[in-house]
Amino acid sequence: MSSSYGDINVSGGIGLDSESAPFNLELARRNSMIERQGMKLPRYLKTGTTICGVVYANGVVLGADTRSTNGDTVADKNCEKIHYIAPNIYCCGAGTAADTEATTNMVASALNMHRYGTNGRTSRVITALTMLKSHLFKYQGNVSAALVLGGFDINGPHLFTVYPHGSSDSLPYATMGSGSLAAMSIFEAGYKENMTKEEAMKLVADAIKSGVFNDLGSGSNVDLCIITKEGKEYLRNYECPNPRPYASQSFSFAKGTTPVLRSTMLTLKDVVVEEGADAMEVGA
Amino acid sequence: MPHAVSTGTTIVAVEYAGGVVIGADSRVSTGTYISNRASDKITPLSDNAFLLRSGSAADTQLVSDYVRHMVHQHESQLQRPIDVPTVANLVMQIGYNNKNALSAAAMLVAGYDAATRQGHVYAVPIGGTMVRQKYAIDGSGSIFIYGYCDSEYKDDMTREEAESFVAEAIALAMSTDGSSGGVVRLVTVNEDGIFRRLHAGDKSVPRFGEEKDVHKDLTDKANAMQT
Repeated sequence: MSSSYGDINVSGGIGLDSESAPFNLELARRNSMIERQGMKLPRYLKTGTTICGVVYANGVVLGADTRSTNGDTVADKNCEKIHYIAPNIYCCGAGTAADTEATTNMVASALNMHRYGTNGRTSRVITALTMLKSHLFKYQGNVSAALVLGGFDINGPHLFTVYPHGSSDSLPYATMGSGSLAAMSIFEAGYKENMTKEEAMKLVADAIKSGVFNDLGSGSNVDLCIITKEGKEYLRNYECPNPRPYASQSFSFAKGTTPVLRSTMLTLKDVVVEEGADAMEVGA
Repeated sequence: MPHAVSTGTTIVAVEYAGGVVIGADSRVSTGTYISNRASDKITPLSDNAFLLRSGSAADTQLVSDYVRHMVHQHESQLQRPIDVPTVANLVMQIGYNNKNALSAAAMLVAGYDAATRQGHVYAVPIGGTMVRQKYAIDGSGSIFIYGYCDSEYKDDMTREEAESFVAEAIALAMSTDGSSGGVVRLVTVNEDGIFRRLHAGDKSVPRFGEEKDVHKDLTDKANAMQT
């Protein structure tokens, strides 16, 4: 049954046959069955999202909105969806917030360890991609993370999309999440080869805003992350097209707001009463 | 769970007098959305062999990643380029040993062995089948071109004949199959190396029969009316 090829076990290789599978997906199957029968399962915090990225003349620009939802409710108006992977690699996440966070964290740690073992050589985007997609493939789409991965390494700028089932595409411009159609329409209309940094930033910000304004699942602000040979520039809340219509009530009051009617000063000695301690009882 | 990404596809591979010509459309879809309109389904497995992918993108990418890894090991061990039948055999082995885990995906392996001066085309669907063929077609669009291919295929075509056979077959499938489209990608592998070609846009994608004639008739009529 199991044939081997050098160090690779061909039959156990992808870890999905029942004998050598490291994970049991039976419960996922059971849950989807009882959901089909009408039971309401608990809802996860989702990032109904617009995320995207473009490659330009000498780098990559990533973008994301900042809305996080729980069903129809906005759970967080200003969350961060551009995750750190390595100093030269960042990753936008859409799908279940916990899954995108856990998956990107795991790969970030693995690459950090890998750099310790390789004299601190700069991580490659393809390594991050392979780690992400093999993790997602292993869970057969049950880890719901849809990602836009971007970075700059020895081979230049890179941009990839990764789907929850573990497939990936290499593209000059990419969008993901519920607002991906709105964002893609902006890219298809405005993308040019070899754009300047400013042109690329504007295009990405416009694509995210298209999602923010036209997609229910996306909203609030625009985050950008520019990665070049020189390093990264993380522009948190690069644009805030949805300011609060009224100022939030401040809970700190100026001194003297409340009139002082009477004041008494006590020294500590007057308050604390010293008492002799009882001797401890010893024996029966 | 969301729709799995699938390469609803047309793929064609043909052996000719001096090598092989392989081709694919470029459409990748998630449900009704085209998630990549210019993808490359012709994945290199070694310096001389390619995998044509159709079906689940995740499954076929995994298979090609594993086979590429094993080809590297094999070539390091033997210190010579791998044979195309061996590459096809590795794809078959993974497909056979994981037949329960991988969803139905049809893959074609094609390449040219410089040592034996021989082109090879293999159909390798998941499950463990591996059949050498003179030409092979697969993917959702292939059902529309069985007739075309059966009537147009000839043994020992020239390179030019083989390239236009493949390009026209794919263009024909793209015009009828909703899940195939975009551009036509062609790869020719022979003694002189690997040659990539691309048919993009209305002008260079071949058109066929009625569609072509109706279009010409209409433009002729329009021109006549203007003058």
